[in-house]
Amino acid sequence: MASVLVYLDHPIVPLAKASRELLTIAATIGEPAVALGVDSLEDGVAEALGEYGVRQIYVPENPDLDKYLVAPKAAFLAVVVEQASPSAVLLDNGFESKEIAGRLGVKLSSGVITDIVSVGEDLTVMKLDLAGSYTVSAKVTHGIPVLTVKPNSAEPRVASEPTRPEQVKVAAVDVSAVNAARVTGREDKKASTRPSLSEARVIVSGGRGTNGDFSAVEAFADALGGAVGASRAATDAGWIEHSAQVGQTGQTVSPQLYISAGISGAIQQKAGMQTSKVIVAVNKDADSPIFEIADFGIVGDLFKVLPQATEEIQKRRS
Amino acid sequence: MHTAADAPLNIVVLVKHVPDAQFDRHLTGENHTVERSQSILSELDEYALETALQLVEAATGDASAHKITALTMGPDAAVNAVKKSLQIGAHQGVHLNDPALAGSDAAGTSLALAAAVRHIGGDDGVDIVITGMASTEGETSLVPAQLAERLDLPQVTFVSAVELTYDGDAPVLHARRDGATHADTIESALPALVSVTDQINEPRYPNFKGIMAAKKKPLHTLSLADIGVDESAVGTSGAWTTVESADPRPPRGKGVVITDEGDAGVQLVDFLTTQKLL
Repeated sequence: MASVLVYLDHPIVPLAKASRELLTIAATIGEPAVALGVDSLEDGVAEALGEYGVRQIYVPENPDLDKYLVAPKAAFLAVVVEQASPSAVLLDNGFESKEIAGRLGVKLSSGVITDIVSVGEDLTVMKLDLAGSYTVSAKVTHGIPVLTVKPNSAEPRVASEPTRPEQVKVAAVDVSAVNAARVTGREDKKASTRPSLSEARVIVSGGRGTNGDFSAVEAFADALGGAVGASRAATDAGWIEHSAQVGQTGQTVSPQLYISAGISGAIQQKAGMQTSKVIVAVNKDADSPIFEIADFGIVGDLFKVLPQATEEIQKRRS
Repeated sequence: MHTAADAPLNIVVLVKHVPDAQFDRHLTGENHTVERSQSILSELDEYALETALQLVEAATGDASAHKITALTMGPDAAVNAVKKSLQIGAHQGVHLNDPALAGSDAAGTSLALAAAVRHIGGDDGVDIVITGMASTEGETSLVPAQLAERLDLPQVTFVSAVELTYDGDAPVLHARRDGATHADTIESALPALVSVTDQINEPRYPNFKGIMAAKKKPLHTLSLADIGVDESAVGTSGAWTTVESADPRPPRGKGVVITDEGDAGVQLVDFLTTQKLL
């Protein structure tokens, strides 16, 4: 059985859910193998990967792939593909991974498909196009398929028998020969205890109607164990950081539950969240377009409705 | 290519004619391509063009010698994206228009655009290629990275700020790239490929003077033969991916809408409970 190569930039224990999903998908197509973006394996990672049936872990000898933008990582991955001859390469759907996938596709003369929501055994993939208004079935027809898969596309499942992965050192890529931009500084954003927008099962989003006060939105998100999102109007106003933006020019999300508070639901916003399983909307204006797609809509003041709901949840739980 | 601090900048901006997201959009035909009847200059490309204009305005040397070329690829109507770019301030337009390009995927698109950029650059080459962060319809975000790979350029992608400084005579690009967990500062020599997010600037609108001036600006149409690309390498024949089916998803049904009479928060929790979401 051929291997399926999963690229994990910098895995730590516990493995991120998106990583466990990729490994699970890989195991349904072939024998999972992993390529890392860093030159050393952190404690416990090999065992964690073994639980998902990973046979080989390809580790670059370069200590500095992270100091350049994308190109050297794609060059390294191309070397691994040559060594491992996998039947497919899987990456997450983050923008850096999509860029690595794009460059790898050119290097390998391979088709690349992004934004995938499911991968079939025959490597036919499903994705949603035009902001979720079409379901598209697609396939790579040339080269080794390079696929980037969205979070929440599979239920992580450990292998029936864990493996002891073999570590394979891969000769260093000559970074000086790769035309790449240098990363000269890195500033970590303050870590949030909330789940990330892309992986959250519940998202509470605020818009213009918050008038810049996200406290009710945040409190409700925390009561639900969810992430906080925002409309473009709210991020453009500087009320919340841009990475929280849900919509066509922000993140496209598809959680189990999406709660829209004080957002009119212009098409740009709808495009980013209309594939959510259940949509709840709270808005003062009964004519807001968001009510056309909401499963449960409340015409009301978010500063009254959300705190009452937050309190009610706490009451029922106590 | 750039050799001195006062050498003119030669910038190519990729612009695209995309269906207006304010209207319903459709996939049509045998190859499930995007139907483009109500199309406009992609909103995300306006940020790329504005970036080019600001870089040129801040650059040293003879202002009239800098050159911004708006490049598009697509059928006849795609030229509208170039015309709008000329009105906003690009100096010349190039429209790569060839029937064999229809149905190109990211691989074919990047191949044809790379050849067009080389053609525009001529012997001296292009200093900076600037694109938006993604198209607003394909949304694969693959083309900027694939174009950088094909042109062997450093990629300075997905950036929310960019500036050009000079280290002696050598120009250096500085940029900021925001990720989910961290923000990076990036440095690159020229030539380079830059893609920008919608956080980078406030695009300007064309004014009357710009609209009048655009009519006199050069607009070239190129075929695949002009840029030395074989027909079989692009379009559906050159595609490395195929769409097997595309089905419109059923529209969401309208649910229950209530008006808050003081207990809507409690009703919301009841609803979440019945949906097993708590």
